[in-house]
Amino acid sequence: MSARHVGTDTVRPDAFEKAVGRATYIHDLTRPGMLYGKIKFADHAHARILSIDTTRAAKLPGVRAVITAYDTPEIRVGFLRDNFALKRDKVRQHRDEVAAVAAIDPDIAAEAIDLIHVEYELLPAVFSPAAALADGAVLVHDVDPSGRPRTNNRVPVPTRHESGDLLAAERASKWVVEGTFSTPIIQQACMGTAGCIAEIDPSGNLTMWAKTQIPFLAQKDFIRALEQMGLRDRNARVIVPALGGGFGTGLDTHCYEYIAILLAHRTGRPVKILYTREEEFAYLSPRQSATTHITQGLDGEGKLTFRRLEVTQDNGAYTSWGATYPTVMLLPATSLYRVPAVKFDSTLVYTNNTYCQAMRGYGNPEVAWAIESNLDELAAAAGMDPYEVRVRNKNVAGESTPMGLHITTCGFGDCLDAAATKLGWNEKRGKQRNRRRGVGMAGLMHVGGSGRIYKADGGGVILKLDDFGNVNVSYGGVEMGQGLHSALQLTVSDALGVRPDKVFINPTDTGTCPWDVGTHASRGAFIGCNAAIRASAKVRSKLFALAAGLYPGEVQRNLEKLRKEKSDVPAFVVPSVCDPAAFDLRESEMFLRDAPEHAAFRIELGRMLRAIHFRGTEGTLLVEEAYYEPKSELPDWSKGVGNMSATYAFGAQSVEVEVDVGTGEVTILGVVSAHDVGKILNPQTLKGQIYGALAQGIGFALYEEVKTVAGRVVNPSFTDYKIPTIAEMNFPIHLEFVETHDPEGPFGAKGIGEPGMVPTAPAIANAIWDAIGVRIRELPITREKIIAALAEKQKRES
Amino acid sequence: MRVPCAFVVNGMPVEVEIEPGARLLDVLRGPLALVGTKEGCGNGECGACTVLVDTRPVNACLFPALEADGADVVTIEGLAAANGTLSPVQQAFVDRGSIQCGFCSPGMIVSVTALLRKSPDPTDSEIRDALVGNLCRCTGYVQIVEAVHQAAAQMQKSDSR
Repeated sequence: MSARHVGTDTVRPDAFEKAVGRATYIHDLTRPGMLYGKIKFADHAHARILSIDTTRAAKLPGVRAVITAYDTPEIRVGFLRDNFALKRDKVRQHRDEVAAVAAIDPDIAAEAIDLIHVEYELLPAVFSPAAALADGAVLVHDVDPSGRPRTNNRVPVPTRHESGDLLAAERASKWVVEGTFSTPIIQQACMGTAGCIAEIDPSGNLTMWAKTQIPFLAQKDFIRALEQMGLRDRNARVIVPALGGGFGTGLDTHCYEYIAILLAHRTGRPVKILYTREEEFAYLSPRQSATTHITQGLDGEGKLTFRRLEVTQDNGAYTSWGATYPTVMLLPATSLYRVPAVKFDSTLVYTNNTYCQAMRGYGNPEVAWAIESNLDELAAAAGMDPYEVRVRNKNVAGESTPMGLHITTCGFGDCLDAAATKLGWNEKRGKQRNRRRGVGMAGLMHVGGSGRIYKADGGGVILKLDDFGNVNVSYGGVEMGQGLHSALQLTVSDALGVRPDKVFINPTDTGTCPWDVGTHASRGAFIGCNAAIRASAKVRSKLFALAAGLYPGEVQRNLEKLRKEKSDVPAFVVPSVCDPAAFDLRESEMFLRDAPEHAAFRIELGRMLRAIHFRGTEGTLLVEEAYYEPKSELPDWSKGVGNMSATYAFGAQSVEVEVDVGTGEVTILGVVSAHDVGKILNPQTLKGQIYGALAQGIGFALYEEVKTVAGRVVNPSFTDYKIPTIAEMNFPIHLEFVETHDPEGPFGAKGIGEPGMVPTAPAIANAIWDAIGVRIRELPITREKIIAALAEKQKRES
Repeated sequence: MRVPCAFVVNGMPVEVEIEPGARLLDVLRGPLALVGTKEGCGNGECGACTVLVDTRPVNACLFPALEADGADVVTIEGLAAANGTLSPVQQAFVDRGSIQCGFCSPGMIVSVTALLRKSPDPTDSEIRDALVGNLCRCTGYVQIVEAVHQAAAQMQKSDSR
């Protein structure tokens, strides 16, 4: 298996249709007879529902159904089953769904929503973990999902870790620095907003066009919803259109999807629900906030002695995957740099704020913010160069970390080195404060071979070859924009031996694709390509066995045809049966490895497949499936131990900034982003992942924050919630890719979707410290915070 | 009350009966079935719905359809040649990996097309000024800037022939 196409700059297979506006997103899909659903949200953070009057809405011409929790089956949502598709009795967050309508057009649906009148009795509410944990705080949930009374607002998901002798390590430390670092709620802000179409056939089987990253887990969720609706033993088929961005939004199923199912069931018609941008900002689960108290120690040699992390998170009103960030936080907490003693504790608290979801990095950027900022402070306390401290403590291949992570390959040292040298670290660090310029860096470690947070962590690929030599690839993972289909195309091309233009990636559909746990944890290419390599090997083996008796005939036919055309064709000896092991397939041509170098011996794959189909005795078609399960362990979360990924990705970013001390504005002058990628699959899409993640990291660092007042989102638009525009991305970026050829990776590759945004915020904060000597500990690093910190510094110094 | 509205879209004359307040975006995506133009925000903030009206890039989500009456409208569907050959801007976006999820791409490509008509060899700063209203969450814009330069070079080469 040689890499002919893997590693080359190749146009992605979905680029053409997207460039001409022909890619079909949920926004563009309609079904015959389709209705438009719309949701009535609570608009109170905590209140008792006294009554819901839907009579006026129901009478509006064009309205086909109005539903509430009082007239539909109860559908429980969330991994702790603490949420409901439609709420009855109480609302617990501003975005709670209290009613929904289906109408013949979106405008009528919106008008009907305004005609629904809900009477509430307002209840006291809690809007921060501190308030929710205070004595006598109002309970967000009076009872747990099984009906037992609750006594406090803690979410029962214990994730912790303790290893090494902390007390001894602390005593042995020459320098100890502690601090509290926080990150805000931010929005994934996909350019394509959320939406779905639900259609239930007369037998009660559901087809769902969903903007999801987890088609098969969604299938399971939807089947359970059908059961709760009395439609037992029915199927839910999930079809994924062009996504319009994922970034974690599609990692869980959503109340709007269940509401569409309820409306489709009620009306007998397909129902589409599509969020507006304002709804997306205010009512879709964003990235969860975190506050981390960290203490780290350093000995006289500059070696880390211990690390203690206490993370507190505002869970919001219900559980979704935001509640499981600590499972990923464990990874950098225990294993980023070599630390002999580690303690990690997490507290998750129900509040009346929005509940949260996954976003790129999933807990890692939150604690990397604390670890990497605090490490800089520790280096300063010790009078050491922060780059030097990182190098002295870097991870290396072959090590087993306190969490039990096995580091198979590790390019961390090379990444740190590139981050320093390519930015001009030695010439710049600590030498430009007179110009208010500074440099900073941060390292990263992330799962690179999927992250096992579910019993099965694999995925399957089906390769179906047709009479024309086309290879149709079915994989249950999702192309969100990251370039998964390009990785699959190049992998199949090389692993099978076909031209890339003969490889077609099918749309993701639970009805046609094999099971996959979902596209998250930077796992899509790692899992999908590993499965594709295994399926390709099966196809080759079957193809060569079937061709053994048929290939000679095809060669003879070639020779006969040639002899008719010209007389000087050599008298080749063609065996009557070939040894299957003697065949090879490259660039869609089959040949015998030791055959003469003559065109007659090269049989185009499509022709060979037709011979097998029509001339062979079995009339066989070539369809092969392979399932790949990565070599990793489901960790014991209560101990925080387990090798959760088959391999780990490392990297380092360095940043140069200039700070305007008058306005507090931070200008980025240059960035180096260095990554251990295992092996480059497609340079073009790899760069796209790093550039895009870096931009998100900059937004996270400098300006993004979902602002709420008493639980209500007050900046639900791109005007009030700024994401990086092309104007801000106006500095040189140097990318450095280190290839460590991981033995478990497809062609040696590691997952690389998330790492690019993990170290950005601390690298920027560290550069700001170098430039102006202030340390910002709360993201985002706004101008106001810089000005306030400078004033504070001046006061302290005078 | 619906009113007639006639304009040229992608070179073809069309006539539709619309509500007087209808947005150009809804007319394009609805009766004209030109769904390549995307709605990303509905507020003129993201540029996903950018189309050309008499060569000027506008946000179709804010543009009243009636104002397009008599105008020449070009959408993403109108940029490729009749035989399917991509425009130089589309080709550059494909070549340079400037497209990820693709939702912003139609509006982005239309904005770049307008820019290069006005300024055939734009500087980075002109590119940033022209595209500041086209948001992209996937790419970090780097390969988009590369594509603009490639398209500019390609178009100048074709013009000089």
